[in-house]
Amino acid sequence: MKDYIRKIWLGIYTVLIGMGITFKHLFAKKVTNQYPDRWHPIDENFIGRRSFYKGDEKRGDIPPNSRNRIFLDIDLCNGCMGCVRACPVNCITVETLKVVPGDNVQPLKDGSKRGLWVTKYDIDFAKCCFCSLCVDPCPTNAIMMTPEFEYSSYDRKDLVYRFSDMTEEEIKEKKQLLEKFQAEKKKEAAAKKAAQPKQDVTKETKGEVEKGDE
Amino acid sequence: MEHNFIYNLINNEVIAIIAISLLPLIFVLIYALIAILGELKIASFVQERLGPMRTGPWGIIQPVAEVVKLIQKEDITPSAADKKLFNMAPYIMFIGAYAAFAVIPFSSAFVPANINVGLFFLFAVGAFAIIGIVMGGWASNNKYSLLGAMRSASQIISYEIPAGIALLTIAALAGTLNLQELIEAQSGWFWNWFLFGGDGSVWKIFVLPFTFSLFLIFLVSSLAETNRTPFDIPEGESEIVAGYHTEYSGIKFAMFFFAEYANMFVISALITILFLGGWNSPFGEFLGGPIWGVFWFIIKAFFFVFVQIWLRWTLPRLRVDQLMYMSWKVLVPFSFLCFFAISLWAMLK
Amino acid sequence: MSERRRIEFEYSGVDTERMRVNVGPQHPSTHGVLRLEVELEGEIVTEVIPHIGYLHRCFEKHAEAMTYPQVIPYIDRMDYISSMNNEWPYVMAIEKMCDIKIPEKVEYIRLICAELNRIANHQIAVATFGLDAGAFTPFLYLFRDREWILNVFETISGGRLLYNYYCVGGLRNDVYPTFKEDCLDIVRQVRATNKEIMDLLVYNYIFVERTAKVGVLPPDVAINYGCSGPVLRGSGNAFDLRRSEPYSIYDRFDFDVQIGKGEVGIVGDSWDRNIVRMNEMEESCKIIEQAVAQMPNTGDVSEAIPKKVRVPKGEIYCSAENPKGELGFYIVSDGGQKPFRVRPRATSFINLSVLPEISKGYMIADLVLILGSIDIVLGEIDR
Repeated sequence: MKDYIRKIWLGIYTVLIGMGITFKHLFAKKVTNQYPDRWHPIDENFIGRRSFYKGDEKRGDIPPNSRNRIFLDIDLCNGCMGCVRACPVNCITVETLKVVPGDNVQPLKDGSKRGLWVTKYDIDFAKCCFCSLCVDPCPTNAIMMTPEFEYSSYDRKDLVYRFSDMTEEEIKEKKQLLEKFQAEKKKEAAAKKAAQPKQDVTKETKGEVEKGDE
Repeated sequence: MEHNFIYNLINNEVIAIIAISLLPLIFVLIYALIAILGELKIASFVQERLGPMRTGPWGIIQPVAEVVKLIQKEDITPSAADKKLFNMAPYIMFIGAYAAFAVIPFSSAFVPANINVGLFFLFAVGAFAIIGIVMGGWASNNKYSLLGAMRSASQIISYEIPAGIALLTIAALAGTLNLQELIEAQSGWFWNWFLFGGDGSVWKIFVLPFTFSLFLIFLVSSLAETNRTPFDIPEGESEIVAGYHTEYSGIKFAMFFFAEYANMFVISALITILFLGGWNSPFGEFLGGPIWGVFWFIIKAFFFVFVQIWLRWTLPRLRVDQLMYMSWKVLVPFSFLCFFAISLWAMLK
Repeated sequence: MSERRRIEFEYSGVDTERMRVNVGPQHPSTHGVLRLEVELEGEIVTEVIPHIGYLHRCFEKHAEAMTYPQVIPYIDRMDYISSMNNEWPYVMAIEKMCDIKIPEKVEYIRLICAELNRIANHQIAVATFGLDAGAFTPFLYLFRDREWILNVFETISGGRLLYNYYCVGGLRNDVYPTFKEDCLDIVRQVRATNKEIMDLLVYNYIFVERTAKVGVLPPDVAINYGCSGPVLRGSGNAFDLRRSEPYSIYDRFDFDVQIGKGEVGIVGDSWDRNIVRMNEMEESCKIIEQAVAQMPNTGDVSEAIPKKVRVPKGEIYCSAENPKGELGFYIVSDGGQKPFRVRPRATSFINLSVLPEISKGYMIADLVLILGSIDIVLGEIDR
């Protein structure tokens, strides 16, 4: 009997306490950010990020190291394919062509010598898992992750971002230059071999088209 | 035929009758829109979020958007369902909710039908909902719907008993079943309300705990009658499917929900009539009268609608057997106890 | 009330027809895609068979083709709710095999992130448990608090749910200057909300009636099935890897191991598992406060990271205390840059195996709550 009364009393009492809590919350400050009007903002009650990073009105307060869309500065890329090897889901595809010595080639943006033409640099954002493992191996800091996250598209093909800025003619031209150079080198090597048969033919042609690695 | 100002306004009887039956319908329609918006907004405010804000300023047009959305949906009927019953079920439930408006007095000058057994009529018509639910569950030809409908039927029937005893007690206290006279018996200041024991001498302090508990008992049983949380097993869990209205879409689904909101208002109205003095002003004659009566009635009824919404977002659900336990082992004995105590008081008064 | 139910179940001499029902792969709660084949006798559950595999993503096969650092994003996606805790046993295992010594600051940051993630995980567990029972509001209060933790993680690592933050030998970024104050802010807010949740949900009588004495797991059955984490501790076994086999720097901190005591009901019921999670949030707060006070301010987090991770030949099993239980990695290496085999001992997989045992004899409405109290995540079960 005592148990019965106790249960009834407990039932009423805890319900009233619960109702009190929800009533108090009716008048508390709301935490909704109305998204397109206010962009990832800091407000005064925002626990978890003090004024360490205060962004601007337009972009909001996404931290600068937020891992969203990748950006590649093609003028800095030297075609080493470190990012390709580091990606766990194989979303980067790179094709390069060796720079022929006689060609008038501009150095990379940071001044270092350009050794490879990057003819194709595609990142498929449908596959990218935003792990930023591609950022570490890059020797020239060409690839970086930006806080840009509003880039949805209606077609999956639009999510393949092509960063290379060489036109078709340029690529054809460079390829022909390379083949000519390779043919000359072969002739030279054959001539040398015919002239001195005892020497090793160690000058193998190294200018092959390298495809993106697995 | 008195107590209704429309008869005085329009001399033609037929037109007057049509006007009288249409007025509550318009009220119910407007009230349903407000209630839908209120539920969404109160739910969001309790959960510290803003709720619908895009449709109109502060989301005011949201209920209209919801109704339009439901109306333009495809009306699917399962092929193996019993077509006649399937189509009739939502309307029967709505009829049950709406018929109660025939006797609810909004003020001293407006009650569509001033019958002498108003309370009894209200209670009887409120049981219509069960028929609608069981029909919906059976005609869907879906074993989960049937189970949900059966549970809902047993829930409503079990909770009718404490509710009925509470009504009986109030009738005993007032000495009449006529709703208008019930309200008039509570006229005066707010301590004359039946919640505080009705009018009488200061000795009614002794009967105060009994009326309070009767009020609570009636509140809880009426929550169960309308299938609201914490008693929303028919529409919430029910083996992880949506219960008796699983197979409904479009207008019929809208009708079920409409009927639920209308039921909520009927229950709130009943609570205010029985316990809180109906259209009486709490300050006696000040701010009283037929026009202010509407205002007071609506304020009090809306407050109980708010309480129902508030409870929904606070409490978890009860399981079926716990529901039955609560009804038969807790509410029924206590309501009998209160009945005896209050009728003793009424006799000695 | 459960006594009455059990009597009903055993007494029925009438041969009623048993029904087989699918609690289908699509759930209305966040457990994931799990199919339960339930045999019902009226309302009482007589048999439950879980069917898994709807989220299988061939993690172990992928791991054989990736280098050691490349496996870490895959590990994040196993138990996607507590990613920081997932990465820790893996990097610990490799560091043990390669004999890499970790700087002090790195240890402290790893510990603080793991404990913050433990709080975040338990917040989801309690929230969805309440949601299964029908209480919609605590879900939103706890998710609001979780947002603050995720904001800290976003500023540190760049991701909100899948971090890829721990790497072999250290961490990928350093923490930002106001990290310590933010952690203390979070601790304060978590404590305030937990008090509210105790009043609103955990001690609410309706909730108590629904979860107490439901899904009772006796301690010896829990050990036999290999359960760990709050499922084991809710039955009264005080077994916590952080206390019994302390890894990293856990032996420097003062915290209690929370067990279920049968406060409202029987020891080992669903309410006990829930209260163990609530109390563990408080313990994590204590640990974070102590760690923040002890953490050194200077130090380079990337000084011990090797240029190329080449693990010597051998095998190792290393485990840590995940919020859901014990997560371990068994790594077999053949001396190269890619592992020969990475085999996770998945917590939720083993915890789920106890479900058929403890849900016999309860009603189907209880089955949902029992599943919620075991707190599974399908990413870990199916990998």
